[in-house]
Amino acid sequence: MNTTVVAQLQRQFQDYIVSLYQQGFLDNQFSELRKLQDEGTPDFVSEVVFLFFDDCSKLINTMSTSLEQPDNVDFKQLDSGVHQLKGSSSSVGAKRVKNVCISFKECCDVQNREGCLRCLQQVDYEYKMLKTKLQELFNLEQQILQAGGTIPQVDIS
Amino acid sequence: MSKDGGVSCLRRSEMIGIGIGELESPPLDSDQVHVLAVDDSLVDRIVIERLLRITSCKVTAVDSGWRALEFLGLDDKKAAVEFDRLKVDLIITDYCMPGMTGYELLKKIKESTSFKEVPVVIMSSENVITRIDRCLEEGAEDFLLKPVKLADVKRLKNYLTKDVKVAADGNKRKLTTPPPPPPPPLSSTSSMESSDSTVESLLSMVVDDDSLTLSPESIASPVDSPLRRREMKSPGLD
Repeated sequence: MNTTVVAQLQRQFQDYIVSLYQQGFLDNQFSELRKLQDEGTPDFVSEVVFLFFDDCSKLINTMSTSLEQPDNVDFKQLDSGVHQLKGSSSSVGAKRVKNVCISFKECCDVQNREGCLRCLQQVDYEYKMLKTKLQELFNLEQQILQAGGTIPQVDIS
Repeated sequence: MSKDGGVSCLRRSEMIGIGIGELESPPLDSDQVHVLAVDDSLVDRIVIERLLRITSCKVTAVDSGWRALEFLGLDDKKAAVEFDRLKVDLIITDYCMPGMTGYELLKKIKESTSFKEVPVVIMSSENVITRIDRCLEEGAEDFLLKPVKLADVKRLKNYLTKDVKVAADGNKRKLTTPPPPPPPPLSSTSSMESSDSTVESLLSMVVDDDSLTLSPESIASPVDSPLRRREMKSPGLD
């Protein structure tokens, strides 16, 4: 094991994950998920977040359909979709996605179709952005493991 | 997504048919707690299941109140084949679910003869006092705010290791304890409601899992649970 390479990668990982918290992509719940991962379940976090991204994709599609017809928006179904998305984003620590959902819900409550369309666009953007960022993070994890190192515990406080 | 056998959303008859039901029935480890988790969100089910497994619980996770009733043999269908061998120590359910809410599920459980003594915990993403009160009045043991954390789940184990618990309204309720008498709790969390001897035994427990970070909440009184806040205001529970 090349300890210099491992140390560099670990440093890179640490800086990257801290930046994700600082930029508001992730919140404390993501750290809570990381606590649940161990040698026996090394893919737990990535499995959960990818399930979340699948969820996002499906819900966004459904909500998009609900918003299609200007005269016939099913706000009840929309609200249900936003509620689910807010819930799962909260459970994985996807802070920006969750925050958009809060605004989205407000638009649903007052039946503001334009507002909902904007929020939908934003939620789509945010989850895809997060997906790219986390793929990079998991990539770094893999590089560390392949180089024979261990994933650092990062204290975000 | 059950490639690791994690999420079990099988019908109970199927579970018994393929032998899973067999694994759930006695003889069980007397210190292994079996939790029934109910949540319509797949992401939340995976997380709660992992949280429970990491605290050494056995978990059955289902996606609706109806499935939960079916699992418990409380549905309207034919009487449960082996329900008298079914050991459920705790039921944890989401509040907002399509079809049957967690509150409705709670009521049905408390109305049943077989499971009314089983502690039921409600989870919700919304901190609505009237909702919390309604659930507690209906007999819920606790109310967890989502997103659920490890410290929340560790605290739940306290409900399962005491013979008698003083509820928030002062009435004593006997909890189900598995025979033979359970060993000391694995969690190092201290409970606000314990008697002195229980607190002493809890405080003398060594944290069993070095790899888990103890959050401050798990040592001091957790402050983010609405129930805890209520109990802290009530006199005489220290």
